[in-house]
Amino acid sequence: MTNLNLAVAASLNVTTPSDQATSAAKITARNLDFYYDGFHALKNIRMDIPEKRVTAIIGPSGCGKSTLLRIFNRIYSIYPKLEARGEVLLDGENILDPRYPLNRLRSKVGMVFQKPVPFPMSIFDNIAYGIKHYEKLSRADMEVRVEQALRQAAIWDEVKDKLKGSALGLSGGQQQRLCIARAIALKPEVILFDEPTSALDPIATGKIEQLVEELKKDFTIAIVTHNMQQAARCSDFTAFMYLGELIEFGETETMFTRPSKQQTEDYITGRFG
Amino acid sequence: MPETTASHEHIIKSYDAELARLLSEIVRMGQLAGEQLALAAAAVDERNSDLAMRVVEGDNAIDALEHDVSHDVLRLLALRQPIARDLRDVLAALRIAADIERIGDYAANMAKRAIALNQNAPMRPAASLPHLAEVAGDMLRDVLDAYRRGDADAAVEVWKRDVQLDTLYTAMFRELLTYMMEDPRNITPCTHLLFMAKNIERIGDHATNIAENIYFLVHAKPLVEERRKGDHTSTLVS
Repeated sequence: MTNLNLAVAASLNVTTPSDQATSAAKITARNLDFYYDGFHALKNIRMDIPEKRVTAIIGPSGCGKSTLLRIFNRIYSIYPKLEARGEVLLDGENILDPRYPLNRLRSKVGMVFQKPVPFPMSIFDNIAYGIKHYEKLSRADMEVRVEQALRQAAIWDEVKDKLKGSALGLSGGQQQRLCIARAIALKPEVILFDEPTSALDPIATGKIEQLVEELKKDFTIAIVTHNMQQAARCSDFTAFMYLGELIEFGETETMFTRPSKQQTEDYITGRFG
Repeated sequence: MPETTASHEHIIKSYDAELARLLSEIVRMGQLAGEQLALAAAAVDERNSDLAMRVVEGDNAIDALEHDVSHDVLRLLALRQPIARDLRDVLAALRIAADIERIGDYAANMAKRAIALNQNAPMRPAASLPHLAEVAGDMLRDVLDAYRRGDADAAVEVWKRDVQLDTLYTAMFRELLTYMMEDPRNITPCTHLLFMAKNIERIGDHATNIAENIYFLVHAKPLVEERRKGDHTSTLVS
């Protein structure tokens, strides 16, 4: 055995003990099925999203990854003819239960979309707008809260001198970080990212990825991405989905070095036919 | 963990073409190294210094191919960002090329010593050397065949055969030692023969390295079975 072989093998086999040991499941999907007007879009999904970790969901278009993400904050319920069966537990409570208050769910689970859509108002008001729906804060407290959110989203230094200016004047990457700040401002526990960088250039993408890494200290993060390298770079766990099924779920390092399913290997190496 | 196969083609066809090119460069390198080893052994057997000289010069071709492999590996890493089996393919190619390059060096060194040996009268133990070279050459040929086919089982078979080569080397070591003790004038030619035998034994070790790389390539885990060593010369006193 060459030393190099051993070293590589060792590095591949390293399981950071903290990952498995300390991360309890924040969200658990149990026997989850989803139907779009009769079309069976998700099939018996069973999966844990570990707390304060980044979980990437990958798979070809139409595999159900965005659908799964949207179930986690029940955003689908605004559309008719959509039906979810099974359970999705957030801290042990089933969020699919109609009795689970939507307001409570939305304050616990924030979402960031592919295209940043700032409200047509000032930067400050973009952040304050959501907070006002949930809390009554004094002007001073609100200012603290807005600054906190903007700092946490790594955009404070770029906007602190133009808080009264329109959010629409920001670049795409800045707008996306503003949207992240807007989600953070509500003090959620989970943040869902649906293709958050697909409309951004590599530098703005890098900033968002760096931000995701920092945010996992405080939040549980699930990110849907088409960019395989992005999943590899910034997630701790990866779920591979295909045709509505969860094919494989595991530590990102394992998934990208020695996945256990041939389908996963074919997809990540660009062989999917 | 199932064995991952590269049975499916990449969506981007040129990626497959580049990986295939890498494989063919390695196989070509291996063939050249095998030929060099056989010719070096023949040069000893036939006491043919001209042939030995050609082997010494022939090493350049192997070195040039190793450069090509390094270049292609860099290119693949930079432009394709291979992962999983693809990444192991590329890593294996780089390491196997390095092993073959060393095998080429050992063959060239044997040829140089053959030229020196031909200055002396023929020695009887020199007759065992071609057999030793043949065993190592067969290992090299078979391990490259296993690499070409991505056959880890065949690679493990070659890996196990190294113990035979080690046993042969130990036997030759003893024989040469006896000759040297018999007559001090034998020391110079016997030392050359001893180094040659050691070179061949090292070639066997590089063939087993290649086998280990093939195993890792296919299974994504190292070959850990306890290595059975047949080379006891390091503890031999007489």
